[in-house]
Amino acid sequence: MTENCSFATDHMEACGHRATHVIGHSVGRKDTQDKVTGHAKYTDDFSDNTMLHAALLTSPHAHARILSQDTARAFAAEGVRAVITGKDYPNKTGSPLADRHVLAIDRVRYAGEPVAIVVADSLAQAEAATKLIDIQYQPLPTIQSPKLSYYSNTPLLHPNLNPYVGDSAEVNPIPGTNIATHVPIRKGNPQAMWAVCDEIVECEVSFPQAHHAAMETHVVIAEVAPNGDIDITTSSQSPYSIPSLMQATFGIHPAKVRVHTPYVGGGFGGKSSPYIEPLAVAAALKVSGRKVKLRCTREQVMTCLPGHIGLEAKVRLGATRDGQFVAAHITYWFDGGAYADRGVIVTRAATQDCTGPYRIHHVHCDGFCMYTNHPPTTAYRGFGHPEQTLVIERAIEKLADKLSINPLELRRLNAIGPGDTTPTQARLTRSSIGDVQGCLVRLKQMLDWNGTATVKEGKTVIAKGIACVWKTSSTPQDASSGAIVRVNDDSTITVLSGVVEIGQGTKTVLAQMVAELFRIDIRHVNVVLEVDTKTHPEHWKTVASRSTLLAGNAVVRAAQDAIRQLKKTASFVLQCEADDIHIAGGYAYCADAHDTRAKIPIGALAKGFTFQDGHTVGEMAIGHGSYTIEHVTKLDPTTGKGVPGPEWTVAAQGVEIEYQKDTYSYRVRRAVSVVDCGKVLHPDLALGQIKGGMNMGLSLASREGYVYDDSGAVTNPQFRVYPIHRYGDHPTYDVAFLETPDLEAPWGLRGIGEHGLIGMPAALANALSNATGMEVNQMPMTPELLWRLQTNKGDGP
Amino acid sequence: MIPIDFQYVAAQSVAEAIRQYHQFSTSDMSTRYYSGGTEIITLARLHQLTMDAVIDIKPIPAAQVCSIVEEKLFLGAALTLSQITSHPMMSRAFPLLQVAVNEIADRTARNKITLGGNLCGDIIYREAVLPLLVCDSMVRIAGPNGAKEESIHRIFRRTMQLKPGEFIVQIATDKIYRCAPFFHVKRRKMGKVGYPIVSAAAIRLQDNIHIALSGVCSFPFRSRTMEDWLNQKHLPVHQRIEEAIQIIPPELILNDYEASREYRRFVLRTVLEETLHQLGSA
Amino acid sequence: MTKHEVTLHINGEDRTLVIRHADTLLDVLRLQCGLTGAKPGCENGDCGACTVIVNQLPYKSCIMLAIEATGHTIMTIEGLKHSPIQRAFAKCYAFQCGYCTPGFIMNAHAMLLHDTSIDEPTIQEWLESNICRCTSYEEIASAIRMAMSTMNANLPDNSKPNSPST
Ligand SMILES: Cc1cc2nc3c(=O)[nH]c(=O)nc-3n(C[C@H](O)[C@H](O)[C@H](O)COP(=O)(O)OP(=O)(O)OC[C@H]3O[C@@H](n4cnc5c(N)ncnc54)[C@H](O)[C@@H]3O)c2cc1C
Ligand code: FES
Ligand code: FES
Repeated sequence: MTENCSFATDHMEACGHRATHVIGHSVGRKDTQDKVTGHAKYTDDFSDNTMLHAALLTSPHAHARILSQDTARAFAAEGVRAVITGKDYPNKTGSPLADRHVLAIDRVRYAGEPVAIVVADSLAQAEAATKLIDIQYQPLPTIQSPKLSYYSNTPLLHPNLNPYVGDSAEVNPIPGTNIATHVPIRKGNPQAMWAVCDEIVECEVSFPQAHHAAMETHVVIAEVAPNGDIDITTSSQSPYSIPSLMQATFGIHPAKVRVHTPYVGGGFGGKSSPYIEPLAVAAALKVSGRKVKLRCTREQVMTCLPGHIGLEAKVRLGATRDGQFVAAHITYWFDGGAYADRGVIVTRAATQDCTGPYRIHHVHCDGFCMYTNHPPTTAYRGFGHPEQTLVIERAIEKLADKLSINPLELRRLNAIGPGDTTPTQARLTRSSIGDVQGCLVRLKQMLDWNGTATVKEGKTVIAKGIACVWKTSSTPQDASSGAIVRVNDDSTITVLSGVVEIGQGTKTVLAQMVAELFRIDIRHVNVVLEVDTKTHPEHWKTVASRSTLLAGNAVVRAAQDAIRQLKKTASFVLQCEADDIHIAGGYAYCADAHDTRAKIPIGALAKGFTFQDGHTVGEMAIGHGSYTIEHVTKLDPTTGKGVPGPEWTVAAQGVEIEYQKDTYSYRVRRAVSVVDCGKVLHPDLALGQIKGGMNMGLSLASREGYVYDDSGAVTNPQFRVYPIHRYGDHPTYDVAFLETPDLEAPWGLRGIGEHGLIGMPAALANALSNATGMEVNQMPMTPELLWRLQTNKGDGP
Repeated sequence: MIPIDFQYVAAQSVAEAIRQYHQFSTSDMSTRYYSGGTEIITLARLHQLTMDAVIDIKPIPAAQVCSIVEEKLFLGAALTLSQITSHPMMSRAFPLLQVAVNEIADRTARNKITLGGNLCGDIIYREAVLPLLVCDSMVRIAGPNGAKEESIHRIFRRTMQLKPGEFIVQIATDKIYRCAPFFHVKRRKMGKVGYPIVSAAAIRLQDNIHIALSGVCSFPFRSRTMEDWLNQKHLPVHQRIEEAIQIIPPELILNDYEASREYRRFVLRTVLEETLHQLGSA
Repeated sequence: MTKHEVTLHINGEDRTLVIRHADTLLDVLRLQCGLTGAKPGCENGDCGACTVIVNQLPYKSCIMLAIEATGHTIMTIEGLKHSPIQRAFAKCYAFQCGYCTPGFIMNAHAMLLHDTSIDEPTIQEWLESNICRCTSYEEIASAIRMAMSTMNANLPDNSKPNSPST
């Protein structure tokens, strides 16, 4: 399973062929005790009785002009300290495009858009006072379908798109239209190739927006000090992006903003864009000197905060008779909602990887992120890839059917590999892409795939469906991470990194890396679990399955730096070359020393070494390390040419379902993933990530999605009416890993945080299509959808 | 976080509850009886319900009974759904009610939701009423003008028709109904927890099917005309069902996030088929 | 807003508190008692993150008034120490972000208080009251089995414990 590993020299120490004693082993988690005892503190767990509480008032209308706002009664209510409306903060906010006000000023563009904040002594008082705010609206026509929005541009949601400030590398809005961004991919010439194809299939795929459902809702505590310093505690995946957003939004110097992030109760991308932080700061500025807490209710997270992007898409895929893919033409109309937020970057991510892990020489793809009167959207586990995968995999399945080729073999035949190019014409290497073929071979075994996807037993149909997955990150070219490794007097090690612990266990993995390099037990490595942007070295964002690569490289370098320093001090003491010093088991010793007395505890070297006479040599050992992502380039604005990310993790996934023909109901019996993760650093954590992702993916695909009313307001913003997988809804999960190393990464690891999810919607859609003989191209795949497809089919000509 | 303030008192007896109610009303306080409180709390949090005072009826012994007297089963309105499902007597005494309430909400919530609260709630499903409707249960009510016993059919028309100050103390159900052959089914959008697209409770009595439905319309109901069609055994099953469904004015069939109107109608059809089949009337 | 003094019996201690009658048990535990283990996930009775044990039964503390709990025995995750279910959650990696964990543990603990040899449908009936978005639920299922077998192993008449499957 393990490939030969030849690592770049500065990782030699880290990733040599030597057997590892911590890496590759399940060594528990650093947050276990905190989490099984209820002791773990999340943002909302911090409170004191001097704290004020903020409550949000949001728009009931999906699109309306604000005619008047009267806050006098609310302001006069018991306990109320401040009432804030749009006019208090005329600046725009939003990243990468500042296209919304902190609070709506003269227009609301989605039901759930924040319009006012009340700050009061207690949350009950703040909540009660929101009802005393009198806002007169004049409803306006709405647009809900992203495709319609593209073709009609009416109503035009952002008539003044021109002056919005945006990062042109990230977002490409088109004034005079509802296009928040357009990402083109032009590779080869599909137009010329259709004639060469023996078979061409077309599919339309669509799904509504959905909810991340992190169990912790978004919470921020903000305080403005008399000197203007702002202290923020927030449940965020991106604490380091907040200071610069505060500058852009309020003109506050970033150095005056300090952000703390304690444990975060799940993110899945939903906490990657700072959406409520500006609201909390807006409130705190009005009551400066007092802490203000703003916690969203579940209903608010589901209506007001950015969710999972919706999509309408069209794909055309052509192949030769023997199954070679020739050309693909894909258009995505993403439902980005009323404001751009990260939805525009999700659009780019889907577009740049639109083909999936297949070799296709001629690709024409347009990704449009459309403004609609739905809630805005942001990153969601998989970041454009579950979406892209569903679209292409449905076309592939249809093609396999038309060509009468075993769908698994068709995928194997076209699997991308080293030497091939991606849709953005990035040339792949053995290091930058995992082993797609290998994953499929393994999947075939695990899923007992025998070429036919269905077995019928009376009213029951057992069907299988598969999909291949790839993903690279859409990190900016300067995505960076830093780390500090401190040696303590008691010979333990403390690690500081800006990665947020949202449950993925990255901090445990970082501790493993340090333990491995110091050759000590992981119990002797402490890792600071919370993040403080003033004291922890910056880590770009805890997203994109990139934390272990970025922070891992930084931590490895920091640990190596600390070891170098220890060795240097030890060399004075032990009177041998620093290169000959070994650090292991908490001691420094000379390589050829048989004399155990010559072992110095590394704690004794932590602040230099003090001889018995008080004479001290060397200096304090503090390792620091950093890493900035490499080889990533901007995409060409007309052809999309460029290198979007450092490497592609690949996987092959499948599901087996049991479908009841009479009721259109079904049960997923098992789900299988084979993931090329480069290197399994912690088997149980890796398994947990993949299985957790699969579970989320099956839940999303089978039952989740917003249901809007006629105007575009979300009608099901509670778990009571938004079903998600509960205990017992899960099938059996089987996971296997391949290990094709990424030569840039510590121990060859590849990101795996999202990959369990990515192929699940496509695999389920394929299984259901196989079971029903219909084209299941929509989410959520409820019995009602299957019934409707059948009914429409029956009614058709 | 409940944004409104209200006063809470716990009543130890029926008389005390009525007295409290009277006292609050004379001080011009809007008052509600409080049982499991699950709906009161959730709706109050969302500003969808206000009141100045609540009277907790759980401590009232009469509202906690679960006993059979002369073939009548008496169930206190303050019994939680879990108490009903886990009571050792229930699987023989009223199995239909047992299975029906066991499908409401989830196990932990059922530790709190009460029979009376479910019957009297504003949330449209009120699924516990279905077995009572098909079993012609009697409702024992206490109020400012004393106690009375009414047929469920008189007192439940889409919602509980209680007068100010009245509350349900007990439900009484006769043996011939509660021990009759029964069938219950709940179809959800997905999964095993959630509101119904359609839920049905049915019994077969003297060769006739009684059936009550929740989820179809914005209120639970039992329709005699519908039952008449379903019981026309000389007609083919398919026709009986179609005629029965025709009884429901189309615009009354819900069309929402759980299911579209058309799909609901389809589910209803399958539920009726299954009911007839299971109760041997097909 | 009117406040009243009440005494709640929590984790073996009597706590005298000044609360509104409209305060939920969840809010009082978190804001007044500093017991933040029970979490708000929906405040609507849907997710189970706020589950605590009252008189040996699990309750969602967001749909219970604090005043309703007077005179009853309340146990929160903070009052649960070194229990088999906590050890099993730790061993089976039955949590990731940990936000749902106190609720799951309290519900599972209450279930095991009632019976330590329950079948899978009963486990499901109890545990489907809670939502976990991070794990695949298989890890939690393993933890339940592990806790059950350690508890049964400590009973005299028990047969062999089966090993967890993670
Ligand atoms: C997680 C969850 C899931 C749910 N799923 C379902 C479901 O699938 N199906 C379903 O039908 N419902 C469901 N519900 C709704 C639930 O039915 C209501 O919340 C519950 O029935 C109310 O019962 P309660 O005892 O808590 O009533 P309360 O909240 O105490 O009272 C509800 C109303 O009834 C009045 N009332 C209470 N008792 C009496 C009485 N004895 N006499 C007169 N009036 C009285 C109250 O004044 C109040 O207006 C669910 C609720 C939750 C929390
Ligand atoms: S917070 Fe109580 S059930 Fe979700
Ligand atoms: S561990 Fe995160 S929700 Fe369960």
